Amino acid sequence: MIEFKNLHKRFGKLVVLDGLDLEISKGGIFAILGPNGSGKTTLIKCLLGMVIPNKGDIIFDKKSVLDKWAYRNNLNYLPQIANFPPNLTVIELINMVKNLRPKDSDTEELIELFGLKSSLDKKLGNLSGGTKQKVNIVLAFMFDSDLIVLDEPTNGLDPIALIHLKEIIQKEKDKGKTILITTHIMSFVDEVADEIVFLLDGKIYFKGTIEALKKQTNNDNLEHAIANLIAKQYA
Amino acid sequence: MLKILKYSFYDLMRSRWSYVYFLFYLILGFVLLFLNNDVDKAVITLMNIIIVLTPLIGTIFGVMYYYNSKEFTELLLAQPIKRSKIFMGQYLGISISLTLSLVLGLGIPFVLYGLFKSAAIFNFSLLLVVGTFLNFIFVALSYNIALSTENKIKGFGYAILMWLFLAVIYDGIFLISLVVFNSYPLDKFSLIATMFNPIDLSRILILLKLDISALLGYTGAVFRKFFGTNFGMFISMGVLVLWVLLPVLRMNLKLRKKDF
Repeated sequence: MIEFKNLHKRFGKLVVLDGLDLEISKGGIFAILGPNGSGKTTLIKCLLGMVIPNKGDIIFDKKSVLDKWAYRNNLNYLPQIANFPPNLTVIELINMVKNLRPKDSDTEELIELFGLKSSLDKKLGNLSGGTKQKVNIVLAFMFDSDLIVLDEPTNGLDPIALIHLKEIIQKEKDKGKTILITTHIMSFVDEVADEIVFLLDGKIYFKGTIEALKKQTNNDNLEHAIANLIAKQYA
Repeated sequence: MLKILKYSFYDLMRSRWSYVYFLFYLILGFVLLFLNNDVDKAVITLMNIIIVLTPLIGTIFGVMYYYNSKEFTELLLAQPIKRSKIFMGQYLGISISLTLSLVLGLGIPFVLYGLFKSAAIFNFSLLLVVGTFLNFIFVALSYNIALSTENKIKGFGYAILMWLFLAVIYDGIFLISLVVFNSYPLDKFSLIATMFNPIDLSRILILLKLDISALLGYTGAVFRKFFGTNFGMFISMGVLVLWVLLPVLRMNLKLRKKDF
């Protein structure tokens, strides 16, 4: 479904992606992991067209995405930092995003689920960080798209919202969606992810199931297995 | 693009600063008219204020809006919309809302005072047209600076410097060069130098329409000869349009390679 071919990206002298090759098949939950600054967000942003790679190509649904924009209609994205225009209300923002996409959406259920009903008429500038993140999640899940990209989705969520988030992710997976997640919370990965993609030095260092990773690193605990991978970078 | 424009516009129209700006012009208009009791004189005073203030406010609003809505812009970038449309929508949203504050803020007191019966209506309209141009020019320039500068504080600093340069320093250099080279023929030089600064160009455009060009002395005569004709008017309006188009063009070029 998605294919990254020989992707290179430099910011000044800093090489972030260095000839990265990755293929992600349709359906399932993929956790993109790696130490800080390993290029997780850059990789996702390349896919979204927000960062323009120096070299290489990205194929989504059999077509190259570089310099295009219409493909994003089949893609939902949850950004890392939720920051919205402070003068709009929650419902106005939701309606605006609906308005921008020529596509059916379902918000009622999500708003109910995250208890946002009472906040709908509040201005976004007056919301707490966690509530903003909930709005962010509603925006990311309200459209029915084949690919869902979540960048640190658990940021600032309370335990109940976190449970709901996991439920939604599971539900989307059951519908046959492809979901990409970046996070640093290993228990979350252990619970939801089918496959792990581990980035190091701008390349794919490991790709496979959680079981395979545990086996390869001789470690029963995912957190330690990942730490084991990262430790090699510090060594 | 129209959708983005609409939302940027609503967003700005709801912020306190748009009202402060609108009220400022409203009060200014009333005070000038009722203290001066003379539309012509009020127009001259207004010109002096507009020519310095609209560029400053346009610059500040442009830079602030860009940096403050950065995360929101990222949300938009992930939607199926072309990049250039997002930024053009924002740019037009800011420029139009600032222009609305200017036109309504000054227009209301002048209409109430009986502008339509006065002969000053053309001068006043020219003032508003020039103010509108300055809004569009300086928002575009500041958006260019903001797009090229990652660091918010630096971007803000550069933008203010740009305003300071065009509003104050440029004039200083211009005057010094007139004094230093006063034994040479300077009419062509001063005409061309004026074209390179939208603030100077606007000022001279209005001054000449106001029939007080005698104040400008010898160069005034040269300017009068040039700007006073329809041809000069046409050229200077054309240059103002270029001052809008070129920064907008550069914005679009910059956007194609920019990482967010």
